[in-house]
Amino acid sequence: MSRFSPYFGEFGGTYVPEILVPALDQLTEAFESALDDPEFHQELGKLLKHYAGRPTPLFEATHLSPNPLVRIFLKREDLVHGGAHKTNQVLAQGLLTQRMGKKEIIAETGAGQHGVATAMVAAMLGLKARIYMGAKDCERQQPNVYRMKLMGAEVIPVHSGSGTLKDAVNEALRDWAANYDSAHYLLGTAAGPHPFPHLVREFQRIIGKEAKAQMLEAIGRLPDAAIACVGGGSNAIGLFADFIEEKDVELVGVEPGGEGLDTGKHGAPIHLARTGILHGMKSYLMQDSDGQVEESHSISAGLDYPAVGPQHAYLAQTGRAQYVAVTDDEAIEAFKTLCRAEGIIPAIESSHALAYALKRAAEATKEEVLLVNLSGRGDKDLNTIMTLEGLQ
Amino acid sequence: MSLYNALFARLKANNEGAFIPFLTLGDPDLETSFEHLCLMVENGADALELGMPFSDPVADGPTIQAATLRALGAGTTPTKALALIRRLKDKYPQLPVGLLTYANLVFAAGIDQFYQDAKAAGVDSVLVADVPIKESAPFVAAAKAAGVAPVMIAPPNASEATLKAVAELSEGYVYLVSRAGVTGTETAAGKPLGHIIDTLKRFESAPVVLGFGIGEPSQVRAALAAGCDGAISGSATVKAAERSPQALARFVEGMKAASR
Ligand SMILES: Cc1ncc(COP(=O)(O)O)c(C=O)c1O
Repeated sequence: MSRFSPYFGEFGGTYVPEILVPALDQLTEAFESALDDPEFHQELGKLLKHYAGRPTPLFEATHLSPNPLVRIFLKREDLVHGGAHKTNQVLAQGLLTQRMGKKEIIAETGAGQHGVATAMVAAMLGLKARIYMGAKDCERQQPNVYRMKLMGAEVIPVHSGSGTLKDAVNEALRDWAANYDSAHYLLGTAAGPHPFPHLVREFQRIIGKEAKAQMLEAIGRLPDAAIACVGGGSNAIGLFADFIEEKDVELVGVEPGGEGLDTGKHGAPIHLARTGILHGMKSYLMQDSDGQVEESHSISAGLDYPAVGPQHAYLAQTGRAQYVAVTDDEAIEAFKTLCRAEGIIPAIESSHALAYALKRAAEATKEEVLLVNLSGRGDKDLNTIMTLEGLQ
Repeated sequence: MSLYNALFARLKANNEGAFIPFLTLGDPDLETSFEHLCLMVENGADALELGMPFSDPVADGPTIQAATLRALGAGTTPTKALALIRRLKDKYPQLPVGLLTYANLVFAAGIDQFYQDAKAAGVDSVLVADVPIKESAPFVAAAKAAGVAPVMIAPPNASEATLKAVAELSEGYVYLVSRAGVTGTETAAGKPLGHIIDTLKRFESAPVVLGFGIGEPSQVRAALAAGCDGAISGSATVKAAERSPQALARFVEGMKAASR
């Protein structure tokens, strides 16, 4: 019997064509046997340390905080090799691919960070990688497309639908349905069919685990709130996982509010709280009254997804975590603020979490410690920022 | 007796297999779609398999995906798609009609409500492309309660346990998937799946109909020779309809001829 239930309350499950069920069963088995295998942990631990550069620092951003009552700590996932938290779990899934005797990896990517991490790890482990990316995201994230190609991955632009992450996932699933015998689908976030939400969480858990120990070392206590941006939800669930049982720590997920929650142009499915079924899972989903999936909108490619991982839907429904939204403009403002205040260029995705922390800090009337997951660095976003500034 | 039972009994008595063409409802628009459906019946289709257009058809290849986009672009909604089936069934009351859909469309309507609406429209069976056996319980229960046959997919990589469950749950017919992958004729149907057919029959399944990658009369003959009770052709039918009504009529006629 499997140790993880496919469901988080009413959310989760395995909503895939029957043909993919054996591949998911095989993955579940490989994942669970790896969790029990000290050799696997040793190998992964080595890669995390010497290849990815873990542990990442915890940095107190003293110039960033707009309020002397509020201390803001940044968990520096931007310093992970590859430029984002994505590398953590990709290393684990790369090893699982080998464990299952497969030589090819299929992946989807939004911002390109998961694609870059996948291309990197595939190169390092000697695996072939095919990476699906929405055509619109290829435009927005050209440097990452080039990085993937440099590392030997095949990047396949997807023109259907909105040309973003949702459509890339559809194509990756189609590819997997045809090639599950030889290829592993290396899903990039804590979403999708069982066991991916558990699998990705377990291998991103290291973010919160390290941060917890580092907070205790830095100030002798846990933060008042742990804050992370939410696309599919992997960096957030990685940060949250070890804090879920710490009832005094508020968990805050920040969804992309796009042009504003009341404009309909956003990527905040938890805010809408309408349950649906897409990409193998039952979770909150942006959809019309007939159940047709709606296109999300966010300036940040990595958050531009109309659904969310099922555990986040569950944490929201049960009230253990709260989810807020930050607009494109607020995220860009926070992006600039961090560049100036601390000399750190954050990903636009992470800037959503920062924007919430800055707003909250500005309004605080009592002492508070905020832990913000800086999920990635912003080099990939310079095109977007320069275009906004009229510089290109 | 269900329309499927009547159909397969009649075909068996005549020593024939079933030919079941697939089209997406509302492609390229509701009126043309209705003409296409009637044309297929007039040219020998034994039953029809009709797709309810969904924004994210992950089990479908490029041809059906494009048909889906055209249908959605022309304003086809689930309600309009069912109304189209109602019109068809009013004209051909004895024609078995299967609906192919995706989980979210069923869930959004409310699972019970969806099957009741399908029944009211004259739908005989419903196949939900992204609901495997594991998740099928509420869907099967609602189908049975509404008097609609739940159709399950038997893929070529299924374990014996899965095939047993497919045989137990599937009514009307079992949809045997010929090969790995999504719908489309880019990849032809796979080798005859004799062992799977045998296993399904051993578990006393409903008639077995082969689909995915079927676009030639010879493939219909091969499916029947391998022990299938019929064949479904999706992408090739959509392509024929894209060419012209005449091409669609000739295609259906030729495929049906191969099932005799
Ligand atoms: C830097 C960064 N942060 C966050 C995300 C969002 O993903 P998730 O919600 O899985 O953490 C991405 C996705 O590409 C990313 O690149």
